[in-house]
Amino acid sequence: MAFSETTELRAKEIIARFPEGKSRSALLPLLHIVQGEQGYISPDGIAFCAKTLGLTKAEVGAVATFYTMYKRRPTGDWLVSVCTNTMCDVLGGRRVFDMLSEYLDAGHDQTTADGKITLEHAECLAACDYGPVMTVNYEFFDRVDVETALGVVTQLQEGKPPRPSRGSRLCTLKEMSLQLAGYADERADALADGVAGEATLRGHRLAEEHGVAAPEYDPDTPITARQGSAKPASSKEVK
Amino acid sequence: MSGPSSPPSALVVGKLTPVLTRRWATPDAWRRETYERLDGYRALRKALAAHQDDLIQLVKDSGLRGRGGAGFPTGMKWGFIPQNDGKPHYLVVNADEGEPGTCKDLPLMTHDPHSLIEGVIIASYAIRAHNAYIYIRGEAVNAARRVRSAVAEAYAAGYLGKDILGSGFDLDLVVHSGAGAYICGEETALLDSLEGFRGQPRLRPPFPATNGLYACPTVVNNVGTIASVPYIVLGGSDWWKQMGTEKSSGPMIYSLSGRVNNPGQYECSMGITLRELIELAGGMQQGHQLRFWTPGGSSTPLLTADHIDVPLDFESVAAAGSMLGTTATQIFSDQDCPVYATYRWLEFYHHESCGKCTPCREGNYWMVRTYQRILSGHGTHADLDTLLDTCDNILGRSFCALGDGATSPVTSSLAYFKQDYLDYIEGLTAPKLSNKQLAGAHS
Repeated sequence: MAFSETTELRAKEIIARFPEGKSRSALLPLLHIVQGEQGYISPDGIAFCAKTLGLTKAEVGAVATFYTMYKRRPTGDWLVSVCTNTMCDVLGGRRVFDMLSEYLDAGHDQTTADGKITLEHAECLAACDYGPVMTVNYEFFDRVDVETALGVVTQLQEGKPPRPSRGSRLCTLKEMSLQLAGYADERADALADGVAGEATLRGHRLAEEHGVAAPEYDPDTPITARQGSAKPASSKEVK
Repeated sequence: MSGPSSPPSALVVGKLTPVLTRRWATPDAWRRETYERLDGYRALRKALAAHQDDLIQLVKDSGLRGRGGAGFPTGMKWGFIPQNDGKPHYLVVNADEGEPGTCKDLPLMTHDPHSLIEGVIIASYAIRAHNAYIYIRGEAVNAARRVRSAVAEAYAAGYLGKDILGSGFDLDLVVHSGAGAYICGEETALLDSLEGFRGQPRLRPPFPATNGLYACPTVVNNVGTIASVPYIVLGGSDWWKQMGTEKSSGPMIYSLSGRVNNPGQYECSMGITLRELIELAGGMQQGHQLRFWTPGGSSTPLLTADHIDVPLDFESVAAAGSMLGTTATQIFSDQDCPVYATYRWLEFYHHESCGKCTPCREGNYWMVRTYQRILSGHGTHADLDTLLDTCDNILGRSFCALGDGATSPVTSSLAYFKQDYLDYIEGLTAPKLSNKQLAGAHS
């Protein structure tokens, strides 16, 4: 299958981000846009990347299969990832995964019969202060339990995607893959969605409540010049 | 110290030093205009008027050490970059946060992305790099969205691109999303990944300072390290050293998770103790007594309730037999099983081992199975020797620190909680895993 003209054009743009002769650096974002068009890394997608970058299909396949975010089978619109690393696991993440797996009749890295939802257990998602966490297309749902996780998934099934606890409203996995390749979110307000979570601001708020601050600094503290290290001759006055 | 959330004393609250976190609560601090109102891009102007070598010396004088786990002196790293070598230099920001327990870089990039970008420009200027990359963890989509928008804003304002602020200095900055691989947080694996390969560590030497990205001189720094730079440029090294200890200077974001009443991010002067951090976090949860904890992520050896007064700086934690790591303080209680916790971490290391080095690839595979046997009630006393033997054969025998890190929870939990293992083996603790789970695991 041929890829769209847009994808062909984007491939060129991505290659241009890297120094001359270093086009292979474009491979990860190229795989993201291929997944953005097809929903997974198909053999055609691998061939497309190989042809674009002058690599063999084996070289591209070796990379595509190394990274967990590149899916090797068609995925649903919604990728539900439940953290089952140690902290989230002991706080209840394991129970959430097991319940969702039973409810959706899908195991790790499997998609529901209707093709809508792909389930996976994830390793640490770097939100341990909100554990146990799950994500939908990598947007966070904090402090989930069996009940709230089921609520999220039910809403997805009903076609009413819920708002994540933090971050932007949900988009599909294909749309997300384009953002991963470096293309801005086209939804006008998505960037402003969400405020800093409570746990993120705890130390900050505590200091504020008690009128505590780091030591003051003078922003004009001079940078000590070593002998003979006056400003570089070529430099001009900074505006 | 277990019960409903109790307010911390004024003495302990006084140890909070919000520097990197100070803009996080300001709405829209991720927008350029707001950032500029809060001292933003002021350090850049100051830095561009200074000599590059003086900036490197300033960072050396501040005593800033890497915030990504290893704690290497940042100024020294910058100083290793050979000058006038005719090769392009690169700055690469390691934003591949993923060490279990660690959750400080993602909020920084989400709520204050310009501080990272300003740090990138200053650091690139100092090391004479004209291309910089932020390699951000693939799953961190929300943080990446904000960083990309901030980069676009910085270009529009003339902070990036050609002749920055009329200084004659050029810099291009690319935000590059990973694709899901913990190992890419290891600096040489990150470089291979950025070059479009599988993320597998390189043998060192040569080090990235001379043979990094595209075999050229490269500095790889963590997000928190780079975001500290504008503050040091503004306030000076003496101001920075007012916080922290003599050898571990500055503020540090401690990430508390687990069995405390108020988990979250607490930026404190380095050298605070766990007892004080737990107090800041409102105490242990009702019915939970501290039993074990990680000072800096799962790759740092576990500590116990006996270590509650160890100052959390690089030297003191090392003296206590662990490592400060990423200051990801995961707090477990008497309700949690250290054997099961270690098993889950081992599954993680097994899954994330890149497969390049045999000791790490095979060792973690077999240790997971040994843990499954113990936790399902079929363990033997010899299994404990097997675990220690396996650790001996992984530690120091792989290219990178992933293998070393995997042995940390094993050897430390065996040292402090051997009886917990024996209780499974001798049938005194009910099996935590069933045979059914064993059959299906890792199919």
